[in-house]
Amino acid sequence: MSESEKPVSLQSYIRLCAVVFLVVLCTTSAMIATSFSHLGDGWTLKVAIILAIAVVNAFLVAGYLMHLLSEKKLIYTVLAFTVFFFIGLMGLTVWATNGFPPGTATH
Amino acid sequence: MEIPYTVHNRPDTGIYNAKVGIWLFLASEVMLFGGLFSAYILLRVGAEPGMWPHGWLNVTLGTINTLLLALSAITTLLAWAACKVRDFTKFKIFHACTILLALTFLGIKSYEYHDKLIHYEIKLNNGTFADGHLVEKSADFDLAKKTGTVTLHGRIVEDEKELMDLRAPAAQSAKLDEVTIAAADIKKMGNYGPAHNTFTAIYFTLTGLHALHILGGTLVIFYLWGPGSRMWKTDPERFTNRIEVSGLFWHFVDLVWIFLFPVLYLT
Repeated sequence: MSESEKPVSLQSYIRLCAVVFLVVLCTTSAMIATSFSHLGDGWTLKVAIILAIAVVNAFLVAGYLMHLLSEKKLIYTVLAFTVFFFIGLMGLTVWATNGFPPGTATH
Repeated sequence: MEIPYTVHNRPDTGIYNAKVGIWLFLASEVMLFGGLFSAYILLRVGAEPGMWPHGWLNVTLGTINTLLLALSAITTLLAWAACKVRDFTKFKIFHACTILLALTFLGIKSYEYHDKLIHYEIKLNNGTFADGHLVEKSADFDLAKKTGTVTLHGRIVEDEKELMDLRAPAAQSAKLDEVTIAAADIKKMGNYGPAHNTFTAIYFTLTGLHALHILGGTLVIFYLWGPGSRMWKTDPERFTNRIEVSGLFWHFVDLVWIFLFPVLYLT
C-alpha cells in the first residue's frame, strides 16, 4: 500500500516533521562546521565529507517527506532508470575531466 | 469526458496517473540539474590553480534559505496530511506558511543577487585590481570617454588571485575603505554578474534555474491554496491528490537546494 492510501494521523506527521527538521538542522550545522574546519591542505576531503552529509539530508527528504521508503514498484523502476543515467552522466563527467582535446591548453 | 484514474489507483500500476506523471517529470528534472552539476564539476576541475573562488557567497544567508526551504517542505507535507484527515482549515494554514516561506526564500535570493550586481572588480592601468561594492559614480562618469570617477567600498590588491579566496587569513584581515578611481585609470571594469567568470556564470545559472522552479512551484501552490481549493467542496479526494503531486515537486526543489547550498556556498 502506498503512503497515499494509508490512514493518516496529523499528530504522527507533526512528530515526524519535527524529527526531520532537527536532523536537517544538525546536518546543516555539521556541513558548515566541516567547511570552516582545518582538514588537511586541500578541499578534497572537505568536499567529500560535506557531500556525504548532503546525501544524508537528501535521504531524509526523499525517504520520509516524499514517502519513497514506502512507494510502489513502478516509482522505484522509474527512479532506477534515473539513477542509472545520472551515474552515467557523472561518470562520463569525471572521465572527461582529464581528457583535454589535442592542442588545447591545460593547467 | 472524464479523465480516468485521477482519484483511484490504476489496477496495473497501483497508483493514480498524476503521480506517475510527476515522477516521470521529476526524473527528467534530475537529468536537467544533473547536466548543470556536471558543467559545474568540469568548470571547477578545469580552473587554473588558485582561480576558483572560495567564500564569495554569504553562508549565513545560504543557511537561512536552507532552513526556510526545509520548513516549507515540512508545511507542504502537513498540508497534504491535513487534507487526508479532512481538516481544511489546517490545510489552509500550512499552505499559507509554505507560500510565505517560499516568498522569503526568493526575497533573500534577490538580495544576494543584488549584492553581486553592485560588487565590482576594476582592473587598473597600473596592473593592480580594485574590488568592492559600488558607493557612487560621479555624474560625468563615462568609461568610454574616460571621464569622471567611481567610488567603491573595498580594497586594492596587486594580484587578482588575492580576490579568489576570501576565507584566506590575508583576505579576512584586509581593511576595507572607500576607494575613488578616475575613469582614465581604468583598463577594465565589471560587476560580479554572470559574465564575471565561470564561477559566477554557473552560480547564476544553477541558482537562477532553481529560483524559477521555486517561483513556478509557489504559483501552483498559491493556485491550489486560493481559487483551486474550490475543488475541495466537490471532489476532496482528487484535490488531496493534487496537493500530493504539487508537494512532490516542492520536495524535489528542496532536494536540489540540499546539494546547491554545500556545492556553491561551502566548498
